[in-house]
Amino acid sequence: MKPSLPYKIVTYVVLTLWALIVIFPLWTLMVNSFKPKRDIFKDPFSLPTEVTVDGYLNAWTDSNFSFYFRNSFFITTVSLFLILFLGSIAAYSIAKWRSKIPGLFYIYFIAGLMIPLRLGTINLLQTIKAMGLLDTVFSLIPVYVAMGLPIAVFVLTDFIRALPDELFEAAKIDGANRFGIYLKIVIPLIRPALSTVAIFNLIPIWNDLWFPLIFIRTEDQRTLILGISLLFGQYQSNWTYILSALAISAVPVLVLYLAFAKQFIKGLTAGAVKG
Amino acid sequence: METGKISLLNGILRKKSSAHLVWILFLIPALLVYSIFMAFPLFQSIRLSFFTGKGLRPDNFVGFDNYVSLFTDPVLSVRFYNALRNTFIFFGIHMFVQNTLGLLFASFLASKFKGHSVYRTIIFMPTTLSTLVIGFIWTLILNPQWGALNKILTAVHLDSLIRPWLGDTQIALPIISLISSWQWVSLPTMMFVAALFTVSDEIVESAMIDGASNAAIFWRFKIPLILPVIGIVSVLTFVGNFTAFDIIFAMATHRGEPMYSTDLLGTFFYRTAIAGEHPVAEPNMGVGAALATVTFLLLLTGVLTWLFLSRKQRLEANR
Repeated sequence: MKPSLPYKIVTYVVLTLWALIVIFPLWTLMVNSFKPKRDIFKDPFSLPTEVTVDGYLNAWTDSNFSFYFRNSFFITTVSLFLILFLGSIAAYSIAKWRSKIPGLFYIYFIAGLMIPLRLGTINLLQTIKAMGLLDTVFSLIPVYVAMGLPIAVFVLTDFIRALPDELFEAAKIDGANRFGIYLKIVIPLIRPALSTVAIFNLIPIWNDLWFPLIFIRTEDQRTLILGISLLFGQYQSNWTYILSALAISAVPVLVLYLAFAKQFIKGLTAGAVKG
Repeated sequence: METGKISLLNGILRKKSSAHLVWILFLIPALLVYSIFMAFPLFQSIRLSFFTGKGLRPDNFVGFDNYVSLFTDPVLSVRFYNALRNTFIFFGIHMFVQNTLGLLFASFLASKFKGHSVYRTIIFMPTTLSTLVIGFIWTLILNPQWGALNKILTAVHLDSLIRPWLGDTQIALPIISLISSWQWVSLPTMMFVAALFTVSDEIVESAMIDGASNAAIFWRFKIPLILPVIGIVSVLTFVGNFTAFDIIFAMATHRGEPMYSTDLLGTFFYRTAIAGEHPVAEPNMGVGAALATVTFLLLLTGVLTWLFLSRKQRLEANR
């Protein structure tokens, strides 16, 4: 079916309007983060006439945003690695173990898809404290791994089940042990599914506010988002600084997203539908 | 040849006994982490709701007292019912915006045209950003002192619409709900696109040759595909909204200002269980756990209703 001309015009008008509504706040954030305070108030929407990077310098060097950034990066990468490793090896077991046991564990994992872990926060706080992890970046990693495992097991089990059994038989005859098969056959074949799982978990882990807010106080253990959450209390009048700090937290994700937009959209949507 | 066969046989025999063991070893790490940090805390939360006491480990059994005070205590129950009502309003606005705009955008994006992927990328952009950052940006834009939005309204001669956007108990919650919907509308959009794609062009074309009108095609082929997606969108939004916290924290503090008019179950839970309710800044973990359990039951009801309805629909579709 060829869309008619009026239909095409409506399409462009509606979508362009929405695109403006989406870009407007991001534009406002970016252009003003480079302006001195008086220009922010005088003319909030134009490009800066006098460019300043004071806000960025201030956030990065004078306060601890480089620290926060490192913490967030560490927590996110370690958590993602563990989700993918533990999730894929468990999924391999569930998919190819010929027994009734894994089916039960499968249901046990999947149940976690619909239950927000936030509801168990109080007891999680007790556990984390008992383990001596409270107020450290390490308190967040096991929580994020537990949160990510249901979706990992769900997506990866499906994927591994679809791999032909002959592949595994052939490798077994060649003398590979099961862990070798996992490393040399399963992992390379499920790479697309792994990236879906990684993207689906990357966004909520990097952006999480709830658990850092509850588990972490000490300055040098804070995550980027926790650092941002304290901005308004501390620097109420320094708008250039606030906007720069917000930009520092938003830009890495935006750049990563724009570079891999297709994979992000696929990963986030697929994950959500499966959930 | 012969020895090869024997060693293969030996290998299989040996593996038979250790096969289960290896598979179990593969499962154990994931099971442990998931059980200790997800399943166990959720179950313990139900147990904790029957206890009271100071500090991190309430140990005084009180039966259903925490629930009774949540539902009847003059201060607590007012906050609870208020947060519950606000959460339903928050959810209702999401449902309306996400389903109408989502379906509208999807019907455009389901056909290829120039710039198709640019629009798709832009629609998805806010979804990748932190809700906290989004909330802060919008708070700045709506800030009356700066008045970025107000400046635009003045420029287009709509100054009469200017309000203290986040300071008015009547409109703060709808405004925040709209901003949250703005952030998440991409997900239903893409799900609707996926659903619309599954109607193959051949089916539509052959129906048109048979003389079916556009409207008939829409009702015959598209609606049955869209309905289940509305179901999934509802249940995902429901689960997300009933523990929503970040957007309120960013735009109206964890007290759901002004005057608790934007207080949701998520912020109420944070105050009762973690931060402590004003003015006694001391958390009540028992009541917090009771609230978590009630929220859990609400979610369970929602999810089971959806499972029941979607099953029924599938059975009818197959008939």
